[in-house]
Amino acid sequence: MIRTVWTSLLLIAPLLLVAAEPAMAATEIIPASALIQPAQLAGELKAAPPTILQVGFSKLYQQAHIPGAIYAGPTNSEAGLAALKAEAEKLPRSSDVVIYCGCCPWNRCPNMDAAYTALKAMGFSRLRALYIANNFGQDWVDKGYPVATGQ
Amino acid sequence: MHRRRFLMGAGTVGLGNIPAQALQKLTPGMIPPPFSRAGLDGKPVDLAAFNGKVVLLDFWASWCAPCMVAIPHFRDLQARLRGRGFQVIGISMDDSADQARAAAIRLGVNYPVVMGDAKLAIGYGGILGLPVEMLVGRDGRIVSIWRGETPPAIIENAVKASLG
Repeated sequence: MIRTVWTSLLLIAPLLLVAAEPAMAATEIIPASALIQPAQLAGELKAAPPTILQVGFSKLYQQAHIPGAIYAGPTNSEAGLAALKAEAEKLPRSSDVVIYCGCCPWNRCPNMDAAYTALKAMGFSRLRALYIANNFGQDWVDKGYPVATGQ
Repeated sequence: MHRRRFLMGAGTVGLGNIPAQALQKLTPGMIPPPFSRAGLDGKPVDLAAFNGKVVLLDFWASWCAPCMVAIPHFRDLQARLRGRGFQVIGISMDDSADQARAAAIRLGVNYPVVMGDAKLAIGYGGILGLPVEMLVGRDGRIVSIWRGETPPAIIENAVKASLG
């Protein structure tokens, strides 16, 4: 009996640990497993930066963007999607790619789902989405993570 | 290759015509940077022309869902409080004026709207997500700044308090 209880606890322990992690909301399109947190990406910038594509609005990119990020948006429009595909076409499908926007709260962003869907359809197997809960200002710039400006 | 400079944290440098005080945040009590540019209807909009009024600056875009929710409230406030010296000014961060104009017409916007750009946005401390609202008092100083989705009642109460 006691052995059974211990066995059960061991089995559910990983689930309890997962539940203790900070919640990351997936969209209907982007699974939680594809999300990367800002702190993690900031760390990767120092070591092995992925290819980063900003899929939001251009005036946000011009003010501030993640160093090395390529502007490819806004993907809520046909023109923006075409720009994203044109940039992605230059990349090997095995590339480590991170997309981000930060124009609006995560669940209200008009760009991320479209960008994720387009890149998945192109065959990118190592595609991640930067989880920006509120906006790029609060969740990246205000945290002190590196920022570049310009066209 | 992209030309770029790096800002660490609070930001110290700019690029091209971007001011050197890049991303230095505005706070209540400060005077907002002046601007004068053509509105979507072609008429000039000069922030200085509204000195002595309570002014609500609304940074928005047509693709921003929370902005679309907020604008009808601002339109309503403008209609109700204009006579008491209240003025809304919209600043669109859309890529094109056509997009902004279509949304403004659709929403029945009854106040001036100008097109924003990166330079103006950086002057305002960075508009790094939408919406952003800024309330300016009769003395020309910033009363409140709201970044992100904000309950309309909070903004209305602040407006009324500033109107006195």
